[in-house]
Amino acid sequence: MARIFSNPFSAESRLDACGCGAVHAPGLACDAANAPADGTGALGEAAELAVMKAVFPEDATRRAMLRLFGAGTLVAAIESVFPLATAREAMAQATGAPEKRDLKIGFIPITCATPIIMAHPMNFYSRHGLNVEVIRTAGWAVIRDRAIAREYDAAHMLAPMPVAMSLGVGVGQPQPFAVAAIENINGQAITLATKHREKRNPRDWKGFRFAVPFDFSMHNYLLRHYLAENGIDPDRDVQIRSVPPPEMVANLRADNIDGFLGPDPFNQRAVFDGVGFIHILTKELWDGHPCCAFAVPRAMITDTPNTFAALMRSIVEATAYSNKPENRREVAQAIAGQNYLNQPPTVVEQVLTGTFADGLGRVQRVPDRIGFDPFPWHSMAIWIMTQMRRWGQLQRDVDYAQVAEQVFLALDAGRAMRDQGLPVPASPMRIETIMGKPFDPANPAAWTERAIRT
Amino acid sequence: MAAKVPFWRAASVSLLILAVLLMAWEYAVLPVAGSGAAVDPEYAALLGQAAAQGGTTPMPGPSAIGKRLVELLADPFYVRGTNDQGIGVQIAYSLLRVGAGFALAAIVAIPLGFLIGMSPLLNAALNPFIQVLRPVSPLAWMPLALYTIKDSAISSIFVIFICSIWPMLLNTAFGVASVRREWLNVARTLEAGTSKTAIRVILPAAAPTIVTGMRISIGIAWLVIVAAEMLVGGTGIGYWVWNQWNNLSIADIVIAILMIGVVGLLLDRLLGLVAHAVAWRE
Repeated sequence: MARIFSNPFSAESRLDACGCGAVHAPGLACDAANAPADGTGALGEAAELAVMKAVFPEDATRRAMLRLFGAGTLVAAIESVFPLATAREAMAQATGAPEKRDLKIGFIPITCATPIIMAHPMNFYSRHGLNVEVIRTAGWAVIRDRAIAREYDAAHMLAPMPVAMSLGVGVGQPQPFAVAAIENINGQAITLATKHREKRNPRDWKGFRFAVPFDFSMHNYLLRHYLAENGIDPDRDVQIRSVPPPEMVANLRADNIDGFLGPDPFNQRAVFDGVGFIHILTKELWDGHPCCAFAVPRAMITDTPNTFAALMRSIVEATAYSNKPENRREVAQAIAGQNYLNQPPTVVEQVLTGTFADGLGRVQRVPDRIGFDPFPWHSMAIWIMTQMRRWGQLQRDVDYAQVAEQVFLALDAGRAMRDQGLPVPASPMRIETIMGKPFDPANPAAWTERAIRT
Repeated sequence: MAAKVPFWRAASVSLLILAVLLMAWEYAVLPVAGSGAAVDPEYAALLGQAAAQGGTTPMPGPSAIGKRLVELLADPFYVRGTNDQGIGVQIAYSLLRVGAGFALAAIVAIPLGFLIGMSPLLNAALNPFIQVLRPVSPLAWMPLALYTIKDSAISSIFVIFICSIWPMLLNTAFGVASVRREWLNVARTLEAGTSKTAIRVILPAAAPTIVTGMRISIGIAWLVIVAAEMLVGGTGIGYWVWNQWNNLSIADIVIAILMIGVVGLLLDRLLGLVAHAVAWRE
């Protein structure tokens, strides 16, 4: 079992028993009723780290002691004078006041950011003692750079971005970032120019020019997978460009691209402006797929654990609120304005309520067109990495499960969800169904080189 | 040279051209009526006005833009949260950034230009650097600035700085180098020290050239700030354009273009006044 932080009881032996006392994979497997806040996960480890640092200010001494007595003896010795398990739990519960109240959170104005944005006007942040400023940002690369520069304390990111950043892909050096919660599931679509309304079979799309928002995005991977499954080589038969979403609509109008797999509200905006139609919702490709994420630098968890916990609670609460169908209209009204998405309210409402014009003359009713489920499944992260490997972004072999665990903070999200009374899955791994085929995260190899069938 | 045209005649021809242009524009974007595809009202309610009639949302005409302009200028300085601030506030942010970058550039460029102008050795030594760096597009510096400075506000000021510095530097050096030999000789016979010569003789003589350099610089700086703010975001008129682009509100973009033009003109005129004040005739 990999740790999120470097193990303070490292070297030969490790101490990974769950805070509930039983020896099993800690956290989610731990029965919710028996040990609600079990002191595992990022926060629990942060506590261990802090204690070990306090006991052994010199790291050489710590290593020497570990080698001499072994971690078990050492922990027993420490626990005789300091309640380590209690500290882990106390820290995991993080009921203390946030160390840092004034936070800056960057977002991109798309409906994927709904929980991050709506938490501001609807006071989810302030309820947890935080004074958050949500800052609209010009693009994904700018979000990445500002997050790395710590101009933002936390940020709205595409789910693959923290994975790529942590692996050092697409950035100068590895930047340890974590997905505290998934922002939205589903909620994307393939939109085509109106002139292609007869070309609904992807096999006819050779020579098409597509746009996606960013190289490290679910949009890119889903489009590539969809094309490949339909016998189109995304690298040879079509052109896929990285284009900011608002420009997708303008480029579609200018006949500069044939379609895009993009975030909402821009699919709906293309319909609203009469330049395109919605070919397929990504929900139909992979129901429950992640899209955007709420990302924090991993240092935040050790440096300001109470702030992290408060932020986590705010986001999980806002996500749960956004997910309820009866709240969707209210949320749409709250975020459509100048200060947030800056879009016509009817466009945002169509996306969130799932009652929408498809651009082909029909009104469709898909209530789960976009969903909000904060749980960061490790299986999602593993699929993302298989696609990074498949399309040449990741040039080396990595331990998928370990990276998934480090980057997707399922334990901490699970704990925040449990505190809200939300059901928490027993394991962060599940078999995903992608375009009708099962993806087993325990055996991902088949998907890294999945053939393009022609 | 042609005879001087009376102001009112030129003005009336300008107005006439403007009126014709606006009318042609308004006519060109008139929605084509009657071609509306018959769709059910529920569907139509979910679409934009033009799309519901079977077309695409058109370019706004001058009347729509005029209406929006009045709306925006009625309250240009409101602040409703981080991401919603009036157009006046945005222009103020941009002016502040341009001012800061420009002032820094002047502080560096004018003394350095003096040195280069007065010392042929320094001139020859620094020339290759200047020649290589000068043609670099200011925006090409942006990613590097963001990466090294790690602060977007300072990065945009740095970009203004780096694009403003070259015209001022070169013009100052040129102005200083071409001060008349006789005047310098007179100063020498009067036994004026180097600093006294620089301040009392060279500076006044080179002042018009220096101000010309500043005038070129401020023009470039104002050009660049819009692009820089579109890239970095946050505040400023460039970001405002990006934001309206995000919302695909073309009317607001046209207005922003107009505002950028007007402010640029005012900045140029301001330095024109300075140039007039320091000008001298033999």
